[in-house]
Amino acid sequence: MRSTVREADRPWARQGAGQHEGRFALLLLLPAAVVVFGVVIWPVVRTLVVSLYDVDSAMPGSYPFVGLDNYVRVFQDDRFYTVLGHTMYFTLVSTFLELALGIAVALLLNAPLRARWLWRSIVVLPWALPTIVNGALWRWIYNGQYGALNGLLDTLGISETPTQWLGEPFLALNMVIIADVWKNTSIVVFFILAGLQTIPSDLYEAARVDGAGPWRAFWRLTIPMLAPSIAVVLILRTIEAFKVFDIIYVMTGGGPASGTQTIAFYTYLQAFSNQLFGYGAALAYLIVLAVFALAMVYLRILKQNQLAGVE
Amino acid sequence: MRPSRAYLIWIHVAAVVMALVVLAPFAWLVISSISPPAELLSPHPHWWPDHPTLERYRAIFGSEGGGGDVAANFRSAMLNSFVVASATTAVSLVVGVLGGYAFARLTFRFRRTSLFGFLAIYMLPPIALVIPLYLALANLGLLDTKIGLIVTYSSIVTPFCLWTMSNYFLSLPRDLEDAARVDGCSRMGALVWVILPLARPGILTTGMFGFLLAWDEFLYALIFTSSTQSKTIPVAIAEFTGKHSSDFGLIAAGGVLATIPPVLLALAFQRYIVGGLTSGAVKG
Repeated sequence: MRSTVREADRPWARQGAGQHEGRFALLLLLPAAVVVFGVVIWPVVRTLVVSLYDVDSAMPGSYPFVGLDNYVRVFQDDRFYTVLGHTMYFTLVSTFLELALGIAVALLLNAPLRARWLWRSIVVLPWALPTIVNGALWRWIYNGQYGALNGLLDTLGISETPTQWLGEPFLALNMVIIADVWKNTSIVVFFILAGLQTIPSDLYEAARVDGAGPWRAFWRLTIPMLAPSIAVVLILRTIEAFKVFDIIYVMTGGGPASGTQTIAFYTYLQAFSNQLFGYGAALAYLIVLAVFALAMVYLRILKQNQLAGVE
Repeated sequence: MRPSRAYLIWIHVAAVVMALVVLAPFAWLVISSISPPAELLSPHPHWWPDHPTLERYRAIFGSEGGGGDVAANFRSAMLNSFVVASATTAVSLVVGVLGGYAFARLTFRFRRTSLFGFLAIYMLPPIALVIPLYLALANLGLLDTKIGLIVTYSSIVTPFCLWTMSNYFLSLPRDLEDAARVDGCSRMGALVWVILPLARPGILTTGMFGFLLAWDEFLYALIFTSSTQSKTIPVAIAEFTGKHSSDFGLIAAGGVLATIPPVLLALAFQRYIVGGLTSGAVKG
């Protein structure tokens, strides 16, 4: 099956042309390979090696080889499960909200709005806002004494007593999620819009003729047709959420009471604050494994989309 | 079928609400940057400052005096970010366009494997590489230099450029290239004279994405840079946020400046983003 697709895809590939093309391909790919693997290979290997040793300071020297002990310790570490819980919560809630809002906004932008370019330009803005600026801005908005959120609630007469939005662990985690969702829904909208534009409009016409209302058309037609885009968004956003670090660093520094520490942030702390480089490296490799597992799912979905496109 | 009047009103109301939610935080960033400190730190927020001031922008742009270290830090950080992001984009685009073409048009052994190899690198969390990279850069004397950052960033942005460019090339008609080859162009000639001019929108959009990736990067810059020589704008802002969290005015001014270049780029390329994402991620 795969070979037929490949052949259909490349009818020009004559027998014997392979070797010549191989050399040309090597020539074209060599610069990229040097730029990427020249930088990355050594760190990838080195981190793996470090994760097998009990490295507990930044000084060069000889450290005891401990095999998989660092990995075993990760799974015996209560804090690991706590930060894993935060990471899962962050990932699930932010990805779900971004997807739900993203679909809603994309449908809106696809509707017959006047000056559509204007609304699209507005929606693109949060995506362009640098992550660190976003974090600093929301930290300021949430500020307990001078923040705009308390000010707004006061002005609207909803609440006069100021809330310390980043003052309690669970509340802080949720507030960070809101800041993340506000920014990242933007790119989800554009993914979904790209998907919406592949749905032929006569399908809606047919659905209407068959007596389906807009609600029914949305669930029976739009959502299934968007399934590939939704899958791509889910996986990409999940991978990003697993790596989330910047916004935590600038908004809460992992606090209060470690309540907003995610797995990437915890790894950073173990390696750089506690100098447990071996342990940090093991944690890092576990994140790599998780991300790669997700990436495999992602690539599988892409391939299915591609096959669906061929049919 | 013409949409009903009520429906049209409804969607425009929804669009206005959406625009307010998106624009309000931006507005607050700008307003904070021009509010004098006393008004910023009043218990009831001044939604519009009684005495707006451009003092902070003057401090950042003015070559001497006023604003002191922090303003000067922001200025050099902006410059560093420009240099690093532009150089990274240039390097990654050149090697990414060449490699992307190979993936799109040529058959060779290990094609899939090597493409996955590049993609895997792109997905690696930076936290996994930052320690050994730090040591490697230290050995090479490249810590706290822009070159060190450019080298590191290029290794992340290049796989992204490869991937999007390869998908973009796949979307171009192959006839023209074949015609050029029949006319006696070499493969390289066909690539340079026929394909590259055709691929301009794709190349520019990919460059925009690459620039934004490099402009936004934080963790590597945080660990690798320590002085105004190489600190980028996200690091400068994060540092200042940690140290003087209540003096938001200057952070806001720095934030506005840090936001202008990516926002301009995103607006300029807005109509290509949907297409760029389709070819980059959905089509595979």
